Amino acid sequence: MNWFAIGNIADIPLRGARCVKTPQGKIAVFRTAENEVFAIEDHCPHKGGPLSQGIVHAKAVTCPLHNWVISLETGTALGADEGAVKTIALKNDGGALFIALEDLMVAAE
Amino acid sequence: MTEKLVIIGNGMAPGRMLEHLLEKAPGRYDVTIFNAEPRVNYDRIMLSPVLSGEKDYEEIIIHGDGWYIKHGITLYKGHRIVAIDRGAKTVTSDHGVTESYDKLVIATGSVPFILPVPGKELPGVITYRDLDDVQAMLLAAQSREKAVVIGGGLLGLEAAAGLAGRGMDVTVLHVMPTLMDRQLDPAAGYLLQKELEGRGIKILCKANTKAIIGNGKVEGIELEDGRIIPATLVVMAVGIRPSVGLAREAGLAINRGIVVDHGMQTSDGSIWALGECAEVGGMVYGLVAPLYEMARVAASHLAGEQGAAFVHSDTPTKLKVTGIELFSLGDFADGDDREEIVLRDASAGVYKRLVLKGNRIIGTVLYGETADGAWFNDLKKKQIDISEMRETLIFGQAYQGGAPLDPMAAVAALPDDAEICGCNGVCKGRIVSTITEKGLTSLDDVRAHTKASASCGSCTGLVEQLMTLTLGDSYNPAAVQPMCGCTDLGHDDVRRLIKAKGLKTIPAVMQELEWKTSCGCAKCRPALNYYLVCDWPDEYADDYQSRYINERVHANIQKDGTYSVVPRMWGGVTNSGELRAIADVVDKFEIPLVKVTGGQRIDLLGIEKEDLPAVWADLGKAGFISGQAYAKGLRTVKTCVGSDWCRFGTQDSTGLGIRIEKFMWGSWTPAKLKMAVSGCPRNCAEATCKDIGVICVDSGFEIHFAGAAGLDIKGTEVLGLVKSEDEALEHIVALTQMYREQARYLERIYKWAKRIGLDEIRRQIMGDADKRKAYYDRFVFSQKFAQVDPWSERVSGKDKHEFRPMATIGYGQAAE
Repeated sequence: MNWFAIGNIADIPLRGARCVKTPQGKIAVFRTAENEVFAIEDHCPHKGGPLSQGIVHAKAVTCPLHNWVISLETGTALGADEGAVKTIALKNDGGALFIALEDLMVAAE
Repeated sequence: MTEKLVIIGNGMAPGRMLEHLLEKAPGRYDVTIFNAEPRVNYDRIMLSPVLSGEKDYEEIIIHGDGWYIKHGITLYKGHRIVAIDRGAKTVTSDHGVTESYDKLVIATGSVPFILPVPGKELPGVITYRDLDDVQAMLLAAQSREKAVVIGGGLLGLEAAAGLAGRGMDVTVLHVMPTLMDRQLDPAAGYLLQKELEGRGIKILCKANTKAIIGNGKVEGIELEDGRIIPATLVVMAVGIRPSVGLAREAGLAINRGIVVDHGMQTSDGSIWALGECAEVGGMVYGLVAPLYEMARVAASHLAGEQGAAFVHSDTPTKLKVTGIELFSLGDFADGDDREEIVLRDASAGVYKRLVLKGNRIIGTVLYGETADGAWFNDLKKKQIDISEMRETLIFGQAYQGGAPLDPMAAVAALPDDAEICGCNGVCKGRIVSTITEKGLTSLDDVRAHTKASASCGSCTGLVEQLMTLTLGDSYNPAAVQPMCGCTDLGHDDVRRLIKAKGLKTIPAVMQELEWKTSCGCAKCRPALNYYLVCDWPDEYADDYQSRYINERVHANIQKDGTYSVVPRMWGGVTNSGELRAIADVVDKFEIPLVKVTGGQRIDLLGIEKEDLPAVWADLGKAGFISGQAYAKGLRTVKTCVGSDWCRFGTQDSTGLGIRIEKFMWGSWTPAKLKMAVSGCPRNCAEATCKDIGVICVDSGFEIHFAGAAGLDIKGTEVLGLVKSEDEALEHIVALTQMYREQARYLERIYKWAKRIGLDEIRRQIMGDADKRKAYYDRFVFSQKFAQVDPWSERVSGKDKHEFRPMATIGYGQAAE
């Protein structure tokens, strides 16, 4: 497991998201109204919609394609829908953000 | 032979009397009404919600013009009767109309009492009695300056709360030591004062007005103790006096009011009196319930029935200020022969007091929690001995007989003769039996058939519980669909309260309207953002994080996460330069698909998000702006070639389409708005299935609206025919603004129109030039802030973060 610097919390708008490109695909990094930060795969379990483009509310995001609501904490779909995306470990060191990627993921390139 | 019935006054009491009379003796009378106010019969007790912005005048009309026509009643609006000739049996109005009568009803109501102090006639001093007063207050409130309300009673406090809600700095002067001293005891008056002060209203009790000062207009108030309180508006609400001048001149018996017997007949056998001007059994009344009782009695006698008699009963008092729960009933003065039970909960702001005499309730004051008011009222009315439940009486009905009951069970436990609607004197049994007999399923039906909850509305909750009880699951009290899971309020309530409470940010809406979630959801946030953009175009800062992705990045997201871009082509017209620029952009960015849309423009599909600003930069150089093909806003105005080219064309449809599009682009609307202009009735631009369409004809421009060609297919309705292009534009813009202000988010114009009624829309846009102009002006004002091309803004660097990844990992980057 390796930590990669991805930037500062201030780079993400409140109740917003940015994405991080990795060889394994995009990772969406969210900042909630309460200043919490979460990272999950940028890929809705339903039809692969880019979750980083959704509306962020409480600790969840609504997918822009078909309005699935995904928990940022657990990656699981909320409400009546079933499915999950992978969550990514994230470290907030005084505003500097790091995400954890497995060695294999990085080396795979 | 029909008899002639003349009614002087058109307030709530004679209005109700006529309803009864038409039911009991239809066709018996030829009815003529003289109304000094220039309007129909409206619900005067709802003026405070009009002042606070929670209702419109239109919503409080009891009988519209159509009602008088339907019943063959002649209504003289704005005619004040100046003389009654009892010998000749005629009345004469100030406009010189003389009408003879067989029977006459005097319902002149009351006049506000004016304090006899110097300066009382200065401009800016008004009373609070009718719609004109409310309009004067609303006008004055626009200044957001200082207002003084003299009188801390029911009306005065409602006026103060309304004015404060409208942004004025309000001081209430009350001559007694505590507010509403006639209805509340000092403890409840104190709680009420604290609550109002918490809302920013200043309260001065024991304040005696000495003079109103000002030079040519009101500048302030001088109190007996020398204090000066500056004000540009003074509202006098210190009480009312029965309006008896006319009756006195006619020689009828007068005391405080026009003296009537228990059948509401005056000292003249052909003349009845009712309402606030009448004195019956030595009492005059100002609350609506006894006035409606008078109406019932008078109607019965006029219908030829004998025996109906007015009976006095205490009426509970409530204050119509949103968020203040207050109930007062009967006699609550202290006395040796009386006992009292008091409950105080300071942290919850609750105070309850029951006054007992001989183990029976004679008075009730409830503040902060009034749900048991109906029950206490019932116990008092029936004079039930409460000794057995004395220990728990004050906790209310739910605590009687063991375990606490849920509210539904409490309503179920009420006896059939328990009064539910105090204003209209409707009891539980009547409501339940009417629901069953007539098969009623909606609250409006119950209001129409029983009158319950049709006046002040404070019993609406109880009536709905009765409906649930009677109809079971088939009644859905949430006929108002909540906006989303974050609130119980529907879209209409939220829109109304945003205006009424002057809420100007999403957090303010969520706080004030008690949202159940911390920051909303993907359903309510975009809706709230739109409502605020629409209502406060100059003050509200658009919240991009509450916009759907398409509106946030000004392109259409596709299933693979790429975007499509549609530049604006005014009226569907383009040229070689534009087409060349598009072709170059397609080549440069390797755009996979170019598609002509249904709205006469060109869609470029499959663009990576990161490329969007560069694509827009190139398009911008060729003069393109965003086509807003993604917006809940104005999309396209489709046109045909019209009279310039077409042998059938009657007008310059292309030119008009371009003009409309240039005028209206950039505006946000509740849902997408598509338009078209066809140059002749052959309708090549397919204007008759659009949200708004124009069919040009030789004699002018036929404006259509409310078409649909999506999930639903529906031809348009005709709004009307106008002669010139200028008029066509004004009507279309006004219609759009009406839709913007009233529709629910995501509600297309055809659904909104169905809900509001086509006639109502035609009436406001075609029939009312002032209203049309006002809508038009508000649209034009909001366009000042809306017509900014979002693409060029982003080319210049706005929202840069949206279009770039935050970081790129793994491509040659070492792990930390």
